[in-house]
Amino acid sequence: MSMLLRNGCAGRILKSGAVRSMSTSWWKHVEPAPKDPILGVTEAFLADPSPDKVNVGVGAYRDDNGKPVVLECVREAERRIAGNLNMEYLPMGGSIKMVEETLKLAYGENSDLIKEKQIAAVQALSGTGACRLFADFQKRFSPDSQIYIPVPTWANHHNIWRDADVPQNTFHYYHPESRGLDFASMMEDIKNAPNGSFFLLHACAHNPTGVDPTEEQWREISHQFKVKGHFAFFDMAYQGFASGDPERDAKSIRIFLEDGHLIGCAQSYAKNMGLYGQRVGCLSVVCEDEKQAVAVKSQLQQLARPMYSNPPVHGALVVSTVLGDPELKKLWLTEVKGMADRIIGMRSALRENLEKLGSPLSWEHITKQIGMFCYSGMTPEQVDRLTNEFHIYLTRNGRISMAGVTTGNVGFLANAIHEVTKSA
Amino acid sequence: MSASSDHANSVFATVVQAPEDPILGVTVAYNKDPSPDKLNLGVGAYRTEEGKPLVLNVVRKAEQLLVNDPSRVKEYLPITGLADFNKLSAKLIFGADSLAIQENRVTTVQCLSGTGALRVGAEFLARHYHERTIYIPQPTWGNHPKVFTSAGLSVKTYRYYSPNTRGLDFQGLLEDLGSAPAGAIVLLHACAHNPTGVDPTSDQWEQIRQLMRSKGLLPFFDSAYQGFASGSLDADAASVRMFVADGGECLAAQSYAKNMGLYGERVGALSIVCKTAEVASRVESQLKLVIRPMYSNPPIHGASIVATVLKDRDLYNEWTVELKAMADRIISMRKQLFDALQARGTPGDWSHILKQIGMFTFTGLNANQVAFMTKEYHIYMTSDGRISMAGLSSRTVPNLTEAIHAAVSSVA
Repeated sequence: MSMLLRNGCAGRILKSGAVRSMSTSWWKHVEPAPKDPILGVTEAFLADPSPDKVNVGVGAYRDDNGKPVVLECVREAERRIAGNLNMEYLPMGGSIKMVEETLKLAYGENSDLIKEKQIAAVQALSGTGACRLFADFQKRFSPDSQIYIPVPTWANHHNIWRDADVPQNTFHYYHPESRGLDFASMMEDIKNAPNGSFFLLHACAHNPTGVDPTEEQWREISHQFKVKGHFAFFDMAYQGFASGDPERDAKSIRIFLEDGHLIGCAQSYAKNMGLYGQRVGCLSVVCEDEKQAVAVKSQLQQLARPMYSNPPVHGALVVSTVLGDPELKKLWLTEVKGMADRIIGMRSALRENLEKLGSPLSWEHITKQIGMFCYSGMTPEQVDRLTNEFHIYLTRNGRISMAGVTTGNVGFLANAIHEVTKSA
Repeated sequence: MSASSDHANSVFATVVQAPEDPILGVTVAYNKDPSPDKLNLGVGAYRTEEGKPLVLNVVRKAEQLLVNDPSRVKEYLPITGLADFNKLSAKLIFGADSLAIQENRVTTVQCLSGTGALRVGAEFLARHYHERTIYIPQPTWGNHPKVFTSAGLSVKTYRYYSPNTRGLDFQGLLEDLGSAPAGAIVLLHACAHNPTGVDPTSDQWEQIRQLMRSKGLLPFFDSAYQGFASGSLDADAASVRMFVADGGECLAAQSYAKNMGLYGERVGALSIVCKTAEVASRVESQLKLVIRPMYSNPPIHGASIVATVLKDRDLYNEWTVELKAMADRIISMRKQLFDALQARGTPGDWSHILKQIGMFTFTGLNANQVAFMTKEYHIYMTSDGRISMAGLSSRTVPNLTEAIHAAVSSVA
């Protein structure tokens, strides 16, 4: 009993006769964490009892009935996989087959870099995991470097590089007045950054703005990067999803590769293969030669080992089954184009509806922007009104997930947006 | 425009190649060996009597249920993972009648198997706990130190294994934990200690518990073999439940890699038992901040399989039978190897093979002897002399016996 009375404990005899120590909790000082701004939106949506509620918050694709979609190519792949194979550990670097197919998508089917084995690549936990592995790698092997992040960007980018302990800077990107790209300021920032700076670039379908540089602009950016010796890290989460054509969506990366840049790249199958919850992605780092690639890959594995040992096998199997079978791959390409086309159609519909309502504002940006998101330009206050008065859920930066827009709700959505913005 | 051949100099040009992981590297070496007699006793993955990996029947059934359910989607899980899975996992380790669970004092988050659960727990401790040192047993799983240092904790060791007795150095353990600073974190293997297979007895666990609570040491359990060690899920969780029953706080990392054969699916959970429900809720919110910038949310497939099995009475019962069969096969391999060494007249006391528990036997062979066995007999194991009993079969016991005999007789 006496040992319970040490350290400010008191003993309490329970009904069962057992004694419970009553020392205070070690975690009393732990603050409640703020809700994740993006995932918190879906939580709030789910809790809303209104039958008219609309979720245009998180970027997950919905069909025209507002339902989540499992691609046919994926269903078929899973039928083939289920019960057949064992569930042994993957190597630390993940599924070799999946990584091979994934590199082809980003770097091109006939990429010399792939042939020459110059690319260090590992399977990662979707785009988040790929970014985090790279950030940890950057911290360990370029410890004096910082990361330049566009304004705005996906909120979690900041968390990732912060937790990796890499200092952050920002560069101009979005131009609020035109709801387009602030190209001049962006180029200024690239020129003014110290030589050899690390930059995070969205390969296509910038999240959250949907604003991408044109091909010409990408060439200028690439050229300036060469002049300054900057490192380009591409986060490509929407390949195929932006234009409907994966080759076209990888154009920015191909331009940089043509110019001889040794890039880093995070790829995700969350959206373009609808594998969200399976957490499938890839991190690649282009090196000078095969020997260097082997070294870099081994170090990436060293970072993965104390985080999760080796990546999950199921999603990787789905990807390699789909991409490794010409028929399934063709089906996938069709389905990706279908998703991209539906979104492009909804962009037109939303814009038309707003214009028909006689909105005093310009909504041209809805159809100029590309990918899953539309940066509407609405203020946080206007967003709050959308949520409180109309049960429409989106992030407070005014980002609308076009994937959540359907022919069934586009009219309602346009009305609501018009209501809260008409006197702006 | 042709591809440029004058590549920029890499900013990573000075990166040196990392050494092979000592455990996973064994399998890499094994795979390269062309010998038809090669034997992999390295990584702890269960093998059947035929030397094949095993997918449990209940897992196959669960997978079929999942794949045939057209209403299933692949949406993101919440950051904390699959809710059903979390609840069921907590019940599995703490017991269905656990007061801590009934009082909502437990927060459970789905993680990437045991490694992921340890890492998330360590990151949380590094941010929110006042003591930054974790005491780990000597020896321990090779990956433990890196998991904790990557999270920002510093690592010290406490005596655990006694090479002389090939058993527990209980006095040393009590002394070392007794002289740890108040509040220090202590890693405890819930059962089937890896790599030694040496576990404290029930009485010894009680003494450890009293000592730790009196010094306010924070227990962090690693439970990777529940059900696999003795064949009983409840018996293998007794150490954890003893600590939770006294009302104190602890962390527990669970893995379904071995006991449900889900290795590559990376299914696990981290539970933190807190004093009050209110504290548990705040702790959970902070765990989310650790997870989001690491991988956003955990993979759905493996957790769905586990939840499907655990929530269905028939599947659950079937699982316990399959689990016991795996544990029993391993126990029988221990007996066979011991008997074979006795029959061969191999010098030394090999009774530790029978006394140790779980997947591994800490043979006591040294690095030279291990290297000899690999070179001459194509037998692969980690250089600390740890063999995975799960990789043995009646067919391969004779070869291993010969190899051990030769190594012990001819290599110092």
